[in-house]
Amino acid sequence: MALVTISKADVEHVALLARLELTEEEKERYTQQLNNILGYMEKMNALDTAGVEPTAHVLPMQNVFREDAARPGLPRELALHNAPQAQDGMYKVPRIV
Amino acid sequence: MDLHYMTAHAIHKLLVAREVSAAEVAEAVLARLEAVEPVVRSFVTTTPELTRAAASRADEAIARGERITPLAGIPMALKDNMCTKGVRTTCSSRMLENFIPPYDATVVVRLAEQGSGLIGKLNMDEFAMGSSTENSRFFNTKNPWDLERVPGGSSGGAVAAVAAGQAVFALGSDTGGSIRQPASFCGVVGLKPTYGLVSRYGLVAFASSLDQIGPVTRDVTDCALVLNAIAGHDPMDSTSAGYQPPDYRECLVPDIKGLRIGIPREYFGQGLDPDVERVVREAIGLMEELGAVVDEVSLPHTEYALPAYYIVAPAEASSNLARYDGVGYGFRVEGATDVVSMYMKTRSEGFGQEVKRRIMLGTYALSSGYYDAYYLKALKVRTLIRGDFDQAFKKFDLLASPTSPTVSFKFGERADNPLAMYLSDLCTIPVNMAGIPAISIPCGFSQGLPVGLQLMGKPFGEETILRAAYAYEQATPWHRRRPSLEVQQ
Repeated sequence: MALVTISKADVEHVALLARLELTEEEKERYTQQLNNILGYMEKMNALDTAGVEPTAHVLPMQNVFREDAARPGLPRELALHNAPQAQDGMYKVPRIV
Repeated sequence: MDLHYMTAHAIHKLLVAREVSAAEVAEAVLARLEAVEPVVRSFVTTTPELTRAAASRADEAIARGERITPLAGIPMALKDNMCTKGVRTTCSSRMLENFIPPYDATVVVRLAEQGSGLIGKLNMDEFAMGSSTENSRFFNTKNPWDLERVPGGSSGGAVAAVAAGQAVFALGSDTGGSIRQPASFCGVVGLKPTYGLVSRYGLVAFASSLDQIGPVTRDVTDCALVLNAIAGHDPMDSTSAGYQPPDYRECLVPDIKGLRIGIPREYFGQGLDPDVERVVREAIGLMEELGAVVDEVSLPHTEYALPAYYIVAPAEASSNLARYDGVGYGFRVEGATDVVSMYMKTRSEGFGQEVKRRIMLGTYALSSGYYDAYYLKALKVRTLIRGDFDQAFKKFDLLASPTSPTVSFKFGERADNPLAMYLSDLCTIPVNMAGIPAISIPCGFSQGLPVGLQLMGKPFGEETILRAAYAYEQATPWHRRRPSLEVQQ
Protein backbone atom coordinates (compact mmCIF):
# COMPACT_ATOMS: atom_id res chain seq x y z
CA MET A 1 0.00 0.00 0.00
CA ALA A 2 1.44 3.30 -1.09
CA LEU A 3 1.81 5.77 1.71
CA VAL A 4 0.65 9.22 0.66
CA THR A 5 2.79 12.07 1.68
CA ILE A 6 1.80 15.54 0.71
CA SER A 7 4.44 18.18 1.18
CA LYS A 8 3.92 21.85 1.78
CA ALA A 9 5.07 22.40 -1.82
CA ASP A 10 2.24 20.10 -3.03
CA VAL A 11 -0.24 22.11 -1.00
CA GLU A 12 1.07 25.32 -2.55
CA HIS A 13 0.77 23.83 -6.05
CA VAL A 14 -2.81 22.61 -5.48
CA ALA A 15 -3.79 25.95 -3.94
CA LEU A 16 -2.58 27.70 -7.09
CA LEU A 17 -4.60 25.31 -9.28
CA ALA A 18 -7.66 26.00 -7.12
CA ARG A 19 -7.02 29.76 -7.15
CA LEU A 20 -6.74 29.93 -3.37
CA GLU A 21 -4.26 32.12 -1.56
CA LEU A 22 -3.34 30.38 1.69
CA THR A 23 -1.67 31.86 4.75
CA GLU A 24 1.44 30.15 6.16
CA GLU A 25 -0.68 28.82 8.99
CA GLU A 26 -3.27 27.40 6.54
CA LYS A 27 -0.51 25.76 4.47
CA GLU A 28 0.82 23.98 7.56
CA ARG A 29 -2.63 22.93 8.71
CA TYR A 30 -3.80 21.69 5.29
CA THR A 31 -0.56 19.76 4.77
CA GLN A 32 -1.17 17.88 7.99
CA GLN A 33 -4.94 17.44 7.54
CA LEU A 34 -4.76 16.38 3.88
CA ASN A 35 -2.15 13.79 4.82
CA ASN A 36 -4.49 12.42 7.51
CA ILE A 37 -7.51 12.39 5.22
CA LEU A 38 -5.71 10.89 2.23
CA GLY A 39 -4.12 8.35 4.54
CA TYR A 40 -7.63 7.23 5.38
CA MET A 41 -8.49 7.07 1.65
CA GLU A 42 -5.69 4.52 1.22
CA LYS A 43 -8.22 2.05 2.60
CA MET A 44 -9.64 1.87 -0.92
CA ASN A 45 -6.40 0.38 -2.22
CA ALA A 46 -7.15 -2.80 -0.29
CA LEU A 47 -9.98 -3.37 -2.75
CA ASP A 48 -9.32 -5.03 -6.09
CA THR A 49 -11.23 -3.00 -8.65
CA ALA A 50 -9.73 -4.54 -11.78
CA GLY A 51 -12.48 -4.94 -14.35
CA VAL A 52 -14.97 -2.81 -12.40
CA GLU A 53 -16.67 -0.11 -14.46
CA PRO A 54 -16.64 3.35 -12.88
CA THR A 55 -19.98 4.92 -11.90
CA ALA A 56 -19.93 8.65 -12.55
CA HIS A 57 -23.69 8.87 -12.44
CA VAL A 58 -26.36 6.59 -10.95
CA LEU A 59 -29.12 7.12 -13.51
CA PRO A 60 -28.88 5.25 -16.81
CA MET A 61 -29.31 8.38 -18.93
CA GLN A 62 -27.17 10.17 -21.44
CA ASN A 63 -27.46 12.95 -24.00
CA VAL A 64 -30.58 14.63 -22.73
CA PHE A 65 -31.61 16.81 -25.66
CA ARG A 66 -34.22 19.49 -26.02
CA GLU A 67 -35.44 21.26 -29.09
CA ASP A 68 -32.97 23.86 -30.32
CA ALA A 69 -35.43 26.72 -30.04
CA ALA A 70 -34.62 30.27 -29.01
CA ARG A 71 -36.19 31.47 -25.77
CA PRO A 72 -35.75 34.59 -23.73
CA GLY A 73 -32.74 34.67 -21.42
CA LEU A 74 -32.11 36.75 -18.33
CA PRO A 75 -32.44 40.48 -19.11
CA ARG A 76 -29.03 42.17 -19.02
CA GLU A 77 -30.01 44.48 -16.17
CA LEU A 78 -31.04 41.54 -14.00
CA ALA A 79 -27.93 39.55 -14.93
CA LEU A 80 -25.73 42.44 -13.82
CA HIS A 81 -27.74 43.10 -10.69
CA ASN A 82 -25.53 40.93 -8.47
CA ALA A 83 -22.21 41.92 -10.03
CA PRO A 84 -19.69 43.38 -7.56
CA GLN A 85 -18.75 45.91 -10.26
CA ALA A 86 -20.45 46.72 -13.55
CA GLN A 87 -20.12 49.51 -16.08
CA ASP A 88 -21.78 50.29 -19.43
CA GLY A 89 -23.84 47.10 -19.27
CA MET A 90 -20.80 44.89 -18.69
CA TYR A 91 -18.96 43.23 -15.82
CA LYS A 92 -15.95 45.21 -14.70
CA VAL A 93 -12.74 43.43 -13.64
CA PRO A 94 -9.18 44.55 -12.89
CA ARG A 95 -6.81 44.96 -15.80
CA ILE A 96 -5.97 41.61 -17.50
CA VAL A 97 -3.27 42.60 -20.00
CA MET B 1 -51.94 21.45 20.89
CA ASP B 2 -50.27 24.75 19.99
CA LEU B 3 -50.75 25.67 16.33
CA HIS B 4 -47.01 26.13 15.87
CA TYR B 5 -46.38 22.50 16.76
CA MET B 6 -49.08 21.01 14.55
CA THR B 7 -48.50 19.05 11.35
CA ALA B 8 -49.51 20.40 7.94
CA HIS B 9 -52.26 17.80 7.56
CA ALA B 10 -53.75 18.65 10.99
CA ILE B 11 -53.69 22.37 10.17
CA HIS B 12 -55.27 21.69 6.77
CA LYS B 13 -58.21 19.95 8.47
CA LEU B 14 -58.75 22.94 10.76
CA LEU B 15 -58.56 25.33 7.81
CA VAL B 16 -61.08 23.39 5.74
CA ALA B 17 -63.42 23.07 8.74
CA ARG B 18 -62.99 26.85 9.24
CA GLU B 19 -62.03 26.28 12.86
CA VAL B 20 -58.95 28.40 12.36
CA SER B 21 -57.87 30.81 9.64
CA ALA B 22 -54.60 30.66 7.71
CA ALA B 23 -53.86 34.14 9.07
CA GLU B 24 -54.09 32.78 12.62
CA VAL B 25 -51.76 29.92 11.71
CA ALA B 26 -49.30 32.34 10.13
CA GLU B 27 -49.33 34.65 13.16
CA ALA B 28 -48.93 31.74 15.59
CA VAL B 29 -45.91 30.33 13.74
CA LEU B 30 -44.39 33.81 13.26
CA ALA B 31 -44.78 34.54 16.98
CA ARG B 32 -43.13 31.24 17.83
CA LEU B 33 -40.33 31.90 15.35
CA GLU B 34 -39.61 35.26 17.00
CA ALA B 35 -39.85 33.86 20.52
CA VAL B 36 -37.38 31.00 20.14
CA GLU B 37 -35.07 32.43 17.47
CA PRO B 38 -32.79 34.23 19.97
CA VAL B 39 -31.88 30.86 21.52
CA VAL B 40 -32.20 28.39 18.60
CA ARG B 41 -31.00 30.58 15.69
CA SER B 42 -32.32 28.57 12.75
CA PHE B 43 -32.80 31.44 10.28
CA VAL B 44 -30.45 33.46 8.11
CA THR B 45 -33.34 35.50 6.67
CA THR B 46 -37.03 35.72 7.62
CA THR B 47 -39.85 36.64 5.24
CA PRO B 48 -42.96 37.27 7.36
CA GLU B 49 -44.57 39.28 4.54
CA LEU B 50 -44.50 36.23 2.24
CA THR B 51 -46.02 34.02 4.97
CA ARG B 52 -48.83 36.52 5.54
CA ALA B 53 -49.48 36.96 1.81
CA ALA B 54 -49.82 33.19 1.31
CA ALA B 55 -52.11 32.99 4.33
CA SER B 56 -54.45 35.67 3.05
CA ARG B 57 -54.60 33.98 -0.37
CA ALA B 58 -55.56 30.74 1.36
CA ASP B 59 -58.17 32.49 3.51
CA GLU B 60 -59.67 34.19 0.45
CA ALA B 61 -59.90 30.88 -1.38
CA ILE B 62 -61.59 29.27 1.61
CA ALA B 63 -64.00 32.22 1.89
CA ARG B 64 -64.92 31.77 -1.79
CA GLY B 65 -65.67 28.14 -1.04
CA GLU B 66 -62.80 26.85 -3.18
CA ARG B 67 -60.99 23.62 -2.50
CA ILE B 68 -57.49 24.34 -1.23
CA THR B 69 -54.41 22.18 -1.72
CA PRO B 70 -53.03 20.26 1.31
CA LEU B 71 -50.17 22.74 1.77
CA ALA B 72 -52.12 25.97 1.11
CA GLY B 73 -51.41 28.62 3.71
CA ILE B 74 -48.88 26.41 5.52
CA PRO B 75 -45.76 28.31 6.67
CA MET B 76 -42.61 26.58 5.43
CA ALA B 77 -38.90 27.35 5.31
CA LEU B 78 -36.06 26.53 2.92
CA LYS B 79 -32.44 25.66 3.47
CA ASP B 80 -30.51 28.69 2.27
CA ASN B 81 -29.05 26.92 -0.76
CA MET B 82 -32.31 27.00 -2.75
CA CYS B 83 -32.71 30.04 -4.97
CA THR B 84 -35.61 32.33 -4.14
CA LYS B 85 -36.31 35.16 -6.55
CA GLY B 86 -35.75 38.47 -4.80
CA VAL B 87 -34.90 36.83 -1.45
CA ARG B 88 -31.26 36.62 -0.40
CA THR B 89 -29.76 33.13 -0.83
CA THR B 90 -26.46 32.84 1.01
CA CYS B 91 -25.45 29.16 1.43
CA SER B 92 -24.35 30.52 4.85
CA SER B 93 -21.25 31.78 3.08
CA ARG B 94 -19.56 35.14 2.98
CA MET B 95 -19.21 34.46 -0.75
CA LEU B 96 -22.98 34.76 -1.29
CA GLU B 97 -23.87 36.94 1.70
CA ASN B 98 -25.61 39.52 -0.50
CA PHE B 99 -26.68 37.34 -3.42
CA ILE B 100 -30.26 37.99 -4.58
CA PRO B 101 -31.26 35.28 -7.09
CA PRO B 102 -33.01 36.50 -10.23
CA TYR B 103 -35.06 33.28 -10.41
CA ASP B 104 -36.77 30.64 -8.27
CA ALA B 105 -35.60 27.04 -7.88
CA THR B 106 -38.12 24.54 -9.32
CA VAL B 107 -39.02 23.27 -5.82
CA VAL B 108 -39.77 26.87 -4.80
CA VAL B 109 -42.11 27.29 -7.79
CA ARG B 110 -43.85 24.01 -6.95
CA LEU B 111 -44.42 24.94 -3.30
CA ALA B 112 -45.69 28.35 -4.39
CA GLU B 113 -48.16 26.61 -6.71
CA GLN B 114 -49.40 24.70 -3.65
CA GLY B 115 -49.96 28.01 -1.87
CA SER B 116 -47.44 27.34 0.87
CA GLY B 117 -45.90 30.51 2.31
CA LEU B 118 -42.16 31.01 2.75
CA ILE B 119 -41.34 32.03 6.32
CA GLY B 120 -37.58 32.22 5.88
CA LYS B 121 -34.23 30.84 4.75
CA LEU B 122 -32.39 28.44 7.02
CA ASN B 123 -28.87 28.29 8.36
CA MET B 124 -26.59 25.49 7.14
CA ASP B 125 -22.98 24.43 6.95
CA GLU B 126 -21.32 26.68 4.37
CA PHE B 127 -22.18 25.32 0.90
CA ALA B 128 -23.68 22.26 2.68
CA MET B 129 -20.24 21.01 3.70
CA GLY B 130 -20.39 19.73 7.25
CA SER B 131 -22.30 17.61 9.74
CA SER B 132 -23.05 20.05 12.57
CA THR B 133 -23.90 23.44 10.98
CA GLU B 134 -20.83 24.78 12.82
CA ASN B 135 -19.36 25.62 9.40
CA SER B 136 -21.93 28.39 8.83
CA ARG B 137 -20.01 31.63 8.33
CA PHE B 138 -22.74 33.47 10.26
CA PHE B 139 -23.60 31.72 13.55
CA ASN B 140 -24.28 28.36 15.20
CA THR B 141 -27.76 26.84 15.22
CA LYS B 142 -28.67 25.04 18.46
CA ASN B 143 -30.34 21.68 18.91
CA PRO B 144 -33.79 22.49 20.41
CA TRP B 145 -33.55 19.34 22.57
CA ASP B 146 -30.32 20.51 24.22
CA LEU B 147 -28.98 23.95 23.47
CA GLU B 148 -25.41 22.88 24.19
CA ARG B 149 -25.52 20.41 21.32
CA VAL B 150 -25.40 20.68 17.54
CA PRO B 151 -28.53 20.19 15.41
CA GLY B 152 -26.52 18.08 12.97
CA GLY B 153 -25.81 19.17 9.45
CA SER B 154 -25.62 20.36 6.93
CA SER B 155 -29.42 21.05 7.01
CA GLY B 156 -29.16 22.10 10.69
CA GLY B 157 -31.41 25.15 10.41
CA ALA B 158 -34.11 23.12 8.65
CA VAL B 159 -34.41 20.45 11.33
CA ALA B 160 -34.05 22.90 14.22
CA ALA B 161 -36.82 25.12 12.82
CA VAL B 162 -39.21 22.19 12.35
CA ALA B 163 -38.36 20.72 15.78
CA ALA B 164 -38.70 24.08 17.54
CA GLY B 165 -42.04 25.07 15.98
CA GLN B 166 -40.63 27.84 13.78
CA ALA B 167 -41.89 26.35 10.50
CA VAL B 168 -44.42 23.59 9.85
CA PHE B 169 -42.09 21.93 7.39
CA ALA B 170 -38.89 22.66 5.53
CA LEU B 171 -36.87 21.53 2.56
CA GLY B 172 -33.30 20.40 3.10
CA SER B 173 -30.68 18.98 0.77
CA ASP B 174 -28.79 15.73 1.19
CA THR B 175 -25.43 15.11 -0.51
CA GLY B 176 -23.94 12.80 2.12
CA GLY B 177 -26.61 12.50 4.83
CA SER B 178 -27.35 16.20 5.23
CA ILE B 179 -31.12 15.74 5.64
CA ARG B 180 -31.18 12.43 7.52
CA GLN B 181 -28.41 12.89 10.11
CA PRO B 182 -29.79 16.24 11.35
CA ALA B 183 -33.37 14.89 11.24
CA SER B 184 -32.19 12.10 13.51
CA PHE B 185 -30.40 14.56 15.87
CA CYS B 186 -33.51 16.76 16.21
CA GLY B 187 -36.25 14.10 16.28
CA VAL B 188 -38.00 14.92 13.00
CA VAL B 189 -38.71 13.06 9.75
CA GLY B 190 -36.24 13.61 6.89
CA LEU B 191 -36.33 11.98 3.46
CA LYS B 192 -33.57 11.82 0.86
CA PRO B 193 -35.41 10.90 -2.35
CA THR B 194 -33.98 8.77 -5.16
CA TYR B 195 -31.42 10.73 -7.18
CA GLY B 196 -33.35 12.40 -10.00
CA LEU B 197 -36.83 12.31 -8.39
CA VAL B 198 -36.73 15.97 -7.31
CA SER B 199 -35.41 18.71 -9.57
CA ARG B 200 -32.09 20.30 -8.60
CA TYR B 201 -32.71 23.36 -10.77
CA GLY B 202 -31.96 26.36 -8.56
CA LEU B 203 -30.25 24.32 -5.86
CA VAL B 204 -26.76 25.78 -5.43
CA ALA B 205 -24.55 22.91 -6.60
CA PHE B 206 -22.22 21.10 -4.19
CA ALA B 207 -21.68 17.62 -5.68
CA SER B 208 -23.99 17.31 -8.65
CA SER B 209 -24.07 13.51 -8.90
CA LEU B 210 -25.08 13.22 -5.23
CA ASP B 211 -27.17 16.31 -4.29
CA GLN B 212 -30.87 15.79 -3.75
CA ILE B 213 -33.57 17.99 -2.19
CA GLY B 214 -36.03 16.44 0.26
CA PRO B 215 -38.70 17.15 2.91
CA VAL B 216 -38.11 17.76 6.63
CA THR B 217 -41.41 17.27 8.47
CA ARG B 218 -43.01 16.38 11.82
CA ASP B 219 -44.50 13.13 10.64
CA VAL B 220 -44.61 10.70 7.73
CA THR B 221 -47.95 11.96 6.40
CA ASP B 222 -46.50 15.45 5.96
CA CYS B 223 -43.44 13.90 4.33
CA ALA B 224 -45.71 12.27 1.71
CA LEU B 225 -47.61 15.54 1.13
CA VAL B 226 -44.45 17.57 0.61
CA LEU B 227 -42.95 14.89 -1.63
CA ASN B 228 -46.13 14.98 -3.73
CA ALA B 229 -45.57 18.69 -4.23
CA ILE B 230 -41.90 18.57 -5.24
CA ALA B 231 -41.36 15.22 -7.01
CA GLY B 232 -41.47 14.78 -10.77
CA HIS B 233 -39.65 15.47 -14.00
CA ASP B 234 -38.32 18.95 -14.70
CA PRO B 235 -37.01 19.88 -18.15
CA MET B 236 -34.79 22.51 -16.48
CA ASP B 237 -32.72 19.76 -14.80
CA SER B 238 -31.14 17.41 -17.32
CA THR B 239 -30.47 14.85 -14.55
CA SER B 240 -34.14 14.81 -13.54
CA ALA B 241 -35.56 11.33 -14.08
CA GLY B 242 -38.32 10.67 -16.57
CA TYR B 243 -40.43 9.05 -13.88
CA GLN B 244 -44.09 9.69 -13.16
CA PRO B 245 -44.41 9.76 -9.37
CA PRO B 246 -47.51 8.23 -7.76
CA ASP B 247 -49.72 9.97 -5.20
CA TYR B 248 -47.61 9.24 -2.12
CA ARG B 249 -50.63 9.64 0.20
CA GLU B 250 -51.78 6.27 -1.05
CA CYS B 251 -48.87 4.54 0.68
CA LEU B 252 -49.98 5.79 4.08
CA VAL B 253 -51.38 2.41 5.08
CA PRO B 254 -50.34 0.95 8.44
CA ASP B 255 -49.74 -2.54 7.11
CA ILE B 256 -46.31 -4.14 6.72
CA LYS B 257 -47.25 -7.79 7.01
CA GLY B 258 -44.79 -9.86 5.02
CA LEU B 259 -42.55 -6.88 4.21
CA ARG B 260 -38.96 -8.17 4.02
CA ILE B 261 -36.55 -5.96 5.97
CA GLY B 262 -32.80 -6.56 5.84
CA ILE B 263 -30.47 -5.50 8.65
CA PRO B 264 -27.04 -4.66 7.18
CA ARG B 265 -24.59 -5.96 9.77
CA GLU B 266 -21.87 -3.50 8.71
CA TYR B 267 -24.05 -0.64 9.98
CA PHE B 268 -23.97 -2.08 13.48
CA GLY B 269 -20.19 -2.23 13.78
CA GLN B 270 -17.47 -0.28 15.46
CA GLY B 271 -18.31 3.24 16.52
CA LEU B 272 -22.01 2.55 17.08
CA ASP B 273 -23.08 3.81 20.49
CA PRO B 274 -24.45 0.79 22.45
CA ASP B 275 -27.51 2.68 23.68
CA VAL B 276 -28.31 3.97 20.16
CA GLU B 277 -28.02 0.36 19.01
CA ARG B 278 -30.46 -0.75 21.74
CA VAL B 279 -33.05 1.87 20.68
CA VAL B 280 -32.70 1.00 16.98
CA ARG B 281 -32.93 -2.77 17.60
CA GLU B 282 -36.08 -2.21 19.67
CA ALA B 283 -37.56 -0.27 16.75
CA ILE B 284 -36.72 -3.08 14.34
CA GLY B 285 -38.19 -5.57 16.85
CA LEU B 286 -41.44 -3.64 16.80
CA MET B 287 -41.55 -3.75 13.00
CA GLU B 288 -41.18 -7.50 13.27
CA GLU B 289 -44.12 -7.60 15.71
CA LEU B 290 -46.10 -5.62 13.16
CA GLY B 291 -45.56 -8.42 10.67
CA ALA B 292 -42.34 -7.58 8.87
CA VAL B 293 -39.95 -10.43 8.10
CA VAL B 294 -36.55 -9.38 9.41
CA ASP B 295 -33.20 -10.95 8.61
CA GLU B 296 -29.55 -9.98 8.59
CA VAL B 297 -27.78 -9.06 5.36
CA SER B 298 -24.25 -8.06 4.40
CA LEU B 299 -23.26 -4.98 2.37
CA PRO B 300 -19.58 -5.93 2.18
CA HIS B 301 -18.22 -2.71 0.66
CA THR B 302 -19.73 -0.40 3.28
CA GLU B 303 -16.39 0.53 4.84
CA TYR B 304 -15.17 1.86 1.49
CA ALA B 305 -18.12 4.19 0.99
CA LEU B 306 -16.79 6.95 3.21
CA PRO B 307 -13.31 7.22 1.66
CA ALA B 308 -14.83 7.03 -1.85
CA TYR B 309 -17.37 9.71 -0.97
CA TYR B 310 -14.66 12.04 0.31
CA ILE B 311 -12.99 11.81 -3.08
CA VAL B 312 -16.09 12.07 -5.29
CA ALA B 313 -17.88 14.86 -3.39
CA PRO B 314 -14.87 17.20 -3.01
CA ALA B 315 -13.84 16.52 -6.63
CA GLU B 316 -17.26 17.60 -7.88
CA ALA B 317 -17.29 20.49 -5.40
CA SER B 318 -13.91 21.80 -6.53
CA SER B 319 -15.29 21.98 -10.05
CA ASN B 320 -18.69 23.43 -9.08
CA LEU B 321 -17.20 26.07 -6.80
CA ALA B 322 -14.78 27.29 -9.47
CA ARG B 323 -17.59 29.65 -10.53
CA TYR B 324 -17.07 31.86 -7.47
CA ASP B 325 -14.52 34.22 -8.95
CA GLY B 326 -15.82 37.60 -7.83
CA VAL B 327 -16.95 38.60 -11.34
CA GLY B 328 -20.61 37.82 -12.04
CA TYR B 329 -22.05 37.78 -8.53
CA GLY B 330 -21.10 37.33 -4.91
CA PHE B 331 -18.21 38.61 -2.87
CA ARG B 332 -15.14 40.38 -4.32
CA VAL B 333 -12.17 41.76 -2.40
CA GLU B 334 -11.40 45.44 -2.73
CA GLY B 335 -8.24 46.80 -4.25
CA ALA B 336 -6.81 43.87 -6.26
CA THR B 337 -4.72 45.25 -9.11
CA ASP B 338 -4.72 42.26 -11.47
CA VAL B 339 -7.36 39.68 -12.22
CA VAL B 340 -5.59 36.54 -10.94
CA SER B 341 -4.83 38.05 -7.55
CA MET B 342 -8.45 39.26 -7.47
CA TYR B 343 -9.62 35.64 -7.96
CA MET B 344 -7.24 34.28 -5.36
CA LYS B 345 -7.91 36.86 -2.66
CA THR B 346 -11.66 36.77 -3.29
CA ARG B 347 -11.82 32.99 -2.94
CA SER B 348 -9.53 32.92 0.09
CA GLU B 349 -11.59 35.45 2.01
CA GLY B 350 -14.98 34.42 0.64
CA PHE B 351 -14.74 30.72 1.56
CA GLY B 352 -14.40 29.29 5.08
CA GLN B 353 -11.97 26.62 6.30
CA GLU B 354 -14.00 23.48 5.51
CA VAL B 355 -14.93 24.67 2.02
CA LYS B 356 -11.29 25.47 1.25
CA ARG B 357 -10.22 22.11 2.69
CA ARG B 358 -12.62 20.28 0.37
CA ILE B 359 -11.68 22.37 -2.66
CA MET B 360 -8.04 21.48 -1.94
CA LEU B 361 -8.86 17.79 -1.51
CA GLY B 362 -10.95 17.69 -4.69
CA THR B 363 -8.42 19.63 -6.75
CA TYR B 364 -5.68 17.29 -5.58
CA ALA B 365 -7.73 14.18 -6.43
CA LEU B 366 -8.40 15.49 -9.94
CA SER B 367 -4.89 16.79 -10.57
CA SER B 368 -2.56 15.30 -13.12
CA GLY B 369 -0.93 12.12 -11.84
CA TYR B 370 -3.49 11.45 -9.11
CA TYR B 371 -6.72 11.17 -11.10
CA ASP B 372 -6.54 7.38 -11.57
CA ALA B 373 -5.37 6.65 -8.05
CA TYR B 374 -8.11 8.65 -6.37
CA TYR B 375 -11.01 9.81 -8.52
CA LEU B 376 -11.25 6.87 -10.91
CA LYS B 377 -10.70 4.43 -8.03
CA ALA B 378 -13.51 6.09 -6.06
CA LEU B 379 -15.89 5.82 -9.03
CA LYS B 380 -15.15 2.09 -9.26
CA VAL B 381 -15.76 1.70 -5.54
CA ARG B 382 -19.04 3.47 -6.13
CA THR B 383 -20.03 0.75 -8.59
CA LEU B 384 -19.32 -1.89 -5.94
CA ILE B 385 -21.39 -0.03 -3.34
CA ARG B 386 -24.33 0.20 -5.70
CA GLY B 387 -23.85 -3.52 -6.43
CA ASP B 388 -24.12 -4.34 -2.70
CA PHE B 389 -27.52 -2.64 -2.58
CA ASP B 390 -28.71 -4.27 -5.82
CA GLN B 391 -27.84 -7.68 -4.36
CA ALA B 392 -29.54 -6.95 -1.02
CA PHE B 393 -32.70 -5.71 -2.72
CA LYS B 394 -33.09 -9.01 -4.54
CA LYS B 395 -33.94 -10.50 -1.15
CA PHE B 396 -35.34 -7.54 0.77
CA ASP B 397 -37.88 -4.76 0.23
CA LEU B 398 -36.16 -2.39 2.65
CA LEU B 399 -33.00 -2.12 4.72
CA ALA B 400 -33.05 -0.73 8.28
CA SER B 401 -30.21 0.79 10.31
CA PRO B 402 -29.38 3.61 12.68
CA THR B 403 -29.32 6.97 10.87
CA SER B 404 -26.29 8.07 12.87
CA PRO B 405 -23.99 5.98 15.07
CA THR B 406 -24.44 8.47 17.93
CA VAL B 407 -26.89 11.04 19.22
CA SER B 408 -26.14 14.75 18.81
CA PHE B 409 -22.74 15.89 20.07
CA LYS B 410 -21.62 19.09 21.80
CA PHE B 411 -20.38 22.20 20.03
CA GLY B 412 -16.67 22.11 19.37
CA GLU B 413 -16.42 18.40 20.16
CA ARG B 414 -15.44 17.39 16.61
CA ALA B 415 -14.71 20.78 15.08
CA ASP B 416 -10.91 20.40 15.16
CA ASN B 417 -10.85 16.90 13.72
CA PRO B 418 -12.29 16.78 10.19
CA LEU B 419 -11.98 13.00 9.99
CA ALA B 420 -13.97 12.41 13.21
CA MET B 421 -16.65 14.75 11.84
CA TYR B 422 -16.75 12.83 8.55
CA LEU B 423 -17.29 9.55 10.45
CA SER B 424 -20.65 10.77 11.78
CA ASP B 425 -22.03 10.18 8.27
CA LEU B 426 -20.99 6.54 8.05
CA CYS B 427 -24.54 5.16 7.81
CA THR B 428 -25.96 7.77 5.48
CA ILE B 429 -23.26 8.23 2.82
CA PRO B 430 -23.59 4.84 1.03
CA VAL B 431 -27.18 5.80 0.15
CA ASN B 432 -26.02 8.90 -1.74
CA MET B 433 -23.26 6.98 -3.48
CA ALA B 434 -25.84 4.44 -4.71
CA GLY B 435 -28.49 7.08 -5.52
CA ILE B 436 -31.21 5.21 -3.59
CA PRO B 437 -33.88 6.77 -1.33
CA ALA B 438 -33.80 6.67 2.48
CA ILE B 439 -35.75 8.19 5.35
CA SER B 440 -34.88 8.95 8.95
CA ILE B 441 -37.77 8.73 11.41
CA PRO B 442 -37.77 9.29 15.19
CA CYS B 443 -37.51 5.93 17.00
CA GLY B 444 -36.86 6.82 20.63
CA PHE B 445 -34.36 8.54 22.89
CA SER B 446 -30.92 7.94 24.32
CA GLN B 447 -29.66 10.18 27.15
CA GLY B 448 -32.74 12.33 26.57
CA LEU B 449 -31.76 12.97 22.93
CA PRO B 450 -33.62 11.78 19.82
CA VAL B 451 -32.48 8.70 17.91
CA GLY B 452 -33.31 8.14 14.24
CA LEU B 453 -34.16 4.93 12.40
CA GLN B 454 -33.02 4.87 8.78
CA LEU B 455 -35.06 2.94 6.20
CA MET B 456 -33.39 2.51 2.80
CA GLY B 457 -35.28 1.51 -0.33
CA LYS B 458 -34.83 0.51 -3.94
CA PRO B 459 -34.44 3.23 -6.57
CA PHE B 460 -37.85 4.98 -6.78
CA GLY B 461 -38.99 2.84 -3.84
CA GLU B 462 -40.27 5.84 -1.86
CA GLU B 463 -43.72 4.22 -1.63
CA THR B 464 -42.40 1.21 0.30
CA ILE B 465 -40.30 3.44 2.55
CA LEU B 466 -43.24 5.70 3.37
CA ARG B 467 -45.56 2.76 3.99
CA ALA B 468 -43.16 1.12 6.45
CA ALA B 469 -42.32 4.44 8.12
CA TYR B 470 -46.02 5.21 8.48
CA ALA B 471 -46.80 1.79 9.97
CA TYR B 472 -44.00 2.19 12.52
CA GLU B 473 -45.00 5.76 13.34
CA GLN B 474 -48.65 4.86 13.93
CA ALA B 475 -47.56 2.23 16.47
CA THR B 476 -45.24 4.56 18.41
CA PRO B 477 -45.43 7.91 20.26
CA TRP B 478 -42.07 9.37 19.17
CA HIS B 479 -43.30 11.70 16.43
CA ARG B 480 -45.58 13.46 18.91
CA ARG B 481 -42.76 14.39 21.29
CA ARG B 482 -41.68 18.03 21.32
CA PRO B 483 -38.60 19.56 22.95
CA SER B 484 -39.24 21.47 26.18
CA LEU B 485 -37.82 24.76 24.96
CA GLU B 486 -38.57 27.18 27.76
CA VAL B 487 -39.09 30.65 26.35
CA GLN B 488 -41.24 33.65 27.16
CA GLN B 489 -44.12 33.81 24.75
